[in-house]
Amino acid sequence: MKEILVGEIVTAVEKLCIEANYDLGSDIMAGFQQALKDERSPLGQEVLERLIENAEIAHQERVPMCQDTGMAVIFVSIGQDLHVVGGGLSEAINEGVRRGYALGYLRKSVVMDPFERANTGDNTPAVIHYDIVSGDFLRLVVAPKGFGSENMGGIKMCKPSEGLEGMMQFVVDTVDRAGGNPCPPIIVGVGVGGTMEKATILAKKSLLREVGQHNPQERLAKIEKELLDRVNRLGIGPQGFGGVTTALAVNLEVYPTHIAGMPVAVNIGCHATRHKEITLQGRAR
Amino acid sequence: MNEIIRLETPLTQEKVKDLKVGDNVLISGVMYTGRDAAHKKMVEALGQGVDLPFAMKDQVIYFVGPTPAKEGQVIGSAGPTTSGRMDAYSPTLIAEGLTGMIGKGLRSSEVIEAMKKHGAVYFGAIGGAGALIAKRIVSAEVIAYPELGPEAVRRLVVKDFPVIVIIDHEGNNLYEIGKAQYSERPARVRE
Repeated sequence: MKEILVGEIVTAVEKLCIEANYDLGSDIMAGFQQALKDERSPLGQEVLERLIENAEIAHQERVPMCQDTGMAVIFVSIGQDLHVVGGGLSEAINEGVRRGYALGYLRKSVVMDPFERANTGDNTPAVIHYDIVSGDFLRLVVAPKGFGSENMGGIKMCKPSEGLEGMMQFVVDTVDRAGGNPCPPIIVGVGVGGTMEKATILAKKSLLREVGQHNPQERLAKIEKELLDRVNRLGIGPQGFGGVTTALAVNLEVYPTHIAGMPVAVNIGCHATRHKEITLQGRAR
Repeated sequence: MNEIIRLETPLTQEKVKDLKVGDNVLISGVMYTGRDAAHKKMVEALGQGVDLPFAMKDQVIYFVGPTPAKEGQVIGSAGPTTSGRMDAYSPTLIAEGLTGMIGKGLRSSEVIEAMKKHGAVYFGAIGGAGALIAKRIVSAEVIAYPELGPEAVRRLVVKDFPVIVIIDHEGNNLYEIGKAQYSERPARVRE
């Protein structure tokens, strides 16, 4: 059994919240550059150029690339041979979010109650997903999620008879309905199978994948390519102003499901789909 | 790419009529910020006969909730938010004389009808380009509803603030026109 002090977790989360909001992933920057070559709309090209410039300013001047610095979504993989000492793990993660959003001058966008809507003032609580894994390490992925894109997702409990084509139609329709709202070029996360909540978490998790990286299973990679092609034929384009770059990637994840169902979840990430991660090693007691 | 049009606020009816869908515009002058919570308060104020934080006539509202300003900054990152959440309120403010809205994303038919009836323009700023846009904001001052934090109403002075005309006063809509131009649905099977 190894152990880790909560203080180390607080500091790590604080840093990841800030870095995620200031430094856009190099995979998305590369995606912009490729899109700039492929885009036919002059207005679309200009949007892409401005997005590149925006990400550079954010990186150099240490400011958030977007004012919607998101609700902090955190994926935690905790080794079963690791003991967290000095306090609660969830409390430590929320303290890291609290500090990161204050020190990084990030916007506090969380309201305590969905109906009464009073701001919590510190962007907590985070949405935390835990996975127990083998080993004695702690992996933290911080993915601040803006709601311009979050609001445009959807889930459909498809009938098995709708098949692959039904799934693809739902994905394309969801992107079509979203139009310019989720700040295209977008990343489309698709989760298929499991139960209702499993499909949704798969869709969210798939947004963490690097742009340009396909599902390792070849048949799924083929579906991703087909979906990307169909989505980009919609004509929505950068910011919805028209063009051939509506999405930079479609990421598909699947899971075994029930004989009677085929849940399909679509979670849309904007062009500032942010995520930073760290693996902390436990120390011998 | 269309030629760049320089526009000074206030946005009078005369200037509204000159703006066409797809125009690339740089706005300079005063504008105000507001998101859902501030819009709700303003529309409620009108219903109760209370004065608004600013007179709507010929003004422009930017749908934005900025990040906190760092030392030495006028404002934090300040890109547009999704305009559709203001659809319930915009027609009332347009009827009050509001002539310009800056945001991102689709608008309802009620908003577009009000824009055509009273003469107003819907501009798009680049969503997610908050760091870049902040550089075009010269000053920012909270003038109402400070309790709303990032959603408070601010009076901004901007210089060469970059926008595109998405919907003009005749209701021409770039989201429809632009999409139609580049849409290539797979050919349907011939009957």
